Amino acid sequence: MTLPRGILPELSIPHPEEAGGRVPERTYRNLRRVAVLATATVALVPLFITTVMNYLQYRTALQAEAVQPMARLTLNTKRSLELFLSERRSALTFLVHERPFEDLCDERALTRMISNLNRSLEVGAFVDLGVIDDAGNQPCYSGPYELAGRNYADQDWFHEVARFGTSTSDVFLGFRNSPHFAIATKHDRDDGGFYVLRATIDADMLSEQILTAGLNPTDDVFLINRDGILQSPSRRYGEILKPFPMPVPHYSPSVEDVEVVDPFGEKVFMSSAYIESSPFILVHVKPAREAMGRWFSLRSELIGFLLVSTALILGVIGWGSGQFIRRMREADERRAALYHHVEYSNKLASIGRLAAGVAHEINNPLAIINEKAGLLLDLVTVGPESEHQQRLVAAVDSILRSVGRCKKITHRLLGFARHMDVQSETIDLESLLKEVLGFLEKEAEYRNLAIAFDVAPDLPTVVGDRGQLQQVFLNILNNAFAAVPEGGEIAIGIATEGPERVVVTVTDNGVGIPKEHLERIFEPFFTTKHGAGTGLGLSITYGIIKKLGGEIRVDSTLGQGTCFTVILPVTREG
Amino acid sequence: MEHLRLLFVDDEEELVSAVVERLELRGIDAVGVTSGDEALHRLREERFDVVVIDVRMPGIGGIDVLRTVNRRHPEVKVILMTGHGSAEDSEIGRRLGAIAYLQKPVDLEDLLTTIDRATRSPKGDERDG
Repeated sequence: MTLPRGILPELSIPHPEEAGGRVPERTYRNLRRVAVLATATVALVPLFITTVMNYLQYRTALQAEAVQPMARLTLNTKRSLELFLSERRSALTFLVHERPFEDLCDERALTRMISNLNRSLEVGAFVDLGVIDDAGNQPCYSGPYELAGRNYADQDWFHEVARFGTSTSDVFLGFRNSPHFAIATKHDRDDGGFYVLRATIDADMLSEQILTAGLNPTDDVFLINRDGILQSPSRRYGEILKPFPMPVPHYSPSVEDVEVVDPFGEKVFMSSAYIESSPFILVHVKPAREAMGRWFSLRSELIGFLLVSTALILGVIGWGSGQFIRRMREADERRAALYHHVEYSNKLASIGRLAAGVAHEINNPLAIINEKAGLLLDLVTVGPESEHQQRLVAAVDSILRSVGRCKKITHRLLGFARHMDVQSETIDLESLLKEVLGFLEKEAEYRNLAIAFDVAPDLPTVVGDRGQLQQVFLNILNNAFAAVPEGGEIAIGIATEGPERVVVTVTDNGVGIPKEHLERIFEPFFTTKHGAGTGLGLSITYGIIKKLGGEIRVDSTLGQGTCFTVILPVTREG
Repeated sequence: MEHLRLLFVDDEEELVSAVVERLELRGIDAVGVTSGDEALHRLREERFDVVVIDVRMPGIGGIDVLRTVNRRHPEVKVILMTGHGSAEDSEIGRRLGAIAYLQKPVDLEDLLTTIDRATRSPKGDERDG
């Protein structure tokens, strides 16, 4: 059932200003907070997720891009160092097997061999040569140092060469007190003994090999041994033979890449490779800030974009929700004002009708009193003088004066009632209905109602009181609004019926009205909304339409909808 | 005003008798009746110059009588009275050619002035068409 909801608030409400219907400020604040939070969440969460995903993906991609060339260069350098060492090892192996001990153990022969070796290898790099017997003594030596006759029996490299046949030593200072390393190969004699040919190479040769591998001059590339001692100078971590300040990488046959924080607190990419058949480990270090230069600028752009977008979104949401709430509030206030106006004029109209009734009822007996008193006065003044004449005249005058006072009062009351009467003016129904819809359009928007408006062309005007007609259509439309669910449909049609009548129909697809209610719908105080409505809305509507010489009808089918039809006479020409 | 014949119609008999008596004291030949029916009957039987009639009465009211008078006795002048100051009735009465529209309680002097004016001016001045 679809009677109006608070359209005609209780008549006992004395004045518009102290009425209910005013929505507290708090409600709008809460509403705005909810609107801002919901919209911001919906807008910002996907933005943050996308940005974080982009951040991670770009970082991974750019890091791979930075590390791969480093690893490639490290591998190339590892190969060239391995080649360098193996060439020298092969040359010594050839000599130690080619010549018998007696031939080798001759200082001039050794000197010639150094010269031939350095000539045959593009970069010879041999500093000296020595022959050592299986007791560790070095009977023969050729080179710039006085090393003939030294004994190496207690040195690690000697044990290694005795066991494995060949050895490459760490870089050390040795008797000569200058960084170098030794390569030695062994020849087994038929009698079960052996002798060793040993050559030393300046440690600088290793650094040169590293540099010739074509590494980027800003990179720090150096060698360490398995105990973590620098075997060539490092830009970042110190001179040769100083300890490398980070853990030694674990053995792996291929190149290993890691990201670590070095002792200076800087994040670096470190690529390392073990040099085969030697104690050396090649280490390639590059600070992350250099390797990831592109990433850092991209990261600033990403963060900047996120901040600007967030600020923009929040700004728009703040502004938009402010507008939204302000308009909603304006609509609410307009509607509340209209309701109060309607309620107030209803009250005045009732008072007017009451006053007119009272005045009419009193006027009749008052007229009799007036005439009887007048007659009395006529008779007294026309007839013969009597002793009470003067007192009679005075008494009748007093009655007539009192009647005059009553008459003034009843006329004033009637004047008030007349003021309440319909004020006739020519009205364009289309614009009037659009005005009324204006009060409801926000509600229609919030509830997603479809409102169809179908107006016949060249519509004639009608005569009526604008305020009352507004009230009529507001009542009917409010009923329709109350009847339809969310997303319901309301159709408004204005058409002519013959030359003298205009028909307005308001059709909804709402819940419909049961038959037993339909019969009583225009009765005063009939309502199905106990406590929520006065039951006066449609009875007043009915009264206004009748007063204007029109008709109002209602058709309804339960569950299908309701149609209100209002028929009004058109303005007569002249 | 010696030759003036007046018909006073109101559903309040007390009022009718008092007014008629007062008019007679002033030399007007007044007849009082208490319903529209009676008024129409007297109008058919006798000649009147002026009818003073209440708009709202049980049965036939002043407006109906006015319409009949217009049709059958167009020479008779009609003055309407009412205890209910409705602007619509006033407008209808004027359109139908009533000479005047008086608010109850009517002051006798006002009534006399109005009657005097009514008998002097030709009927139909304010009538449409």
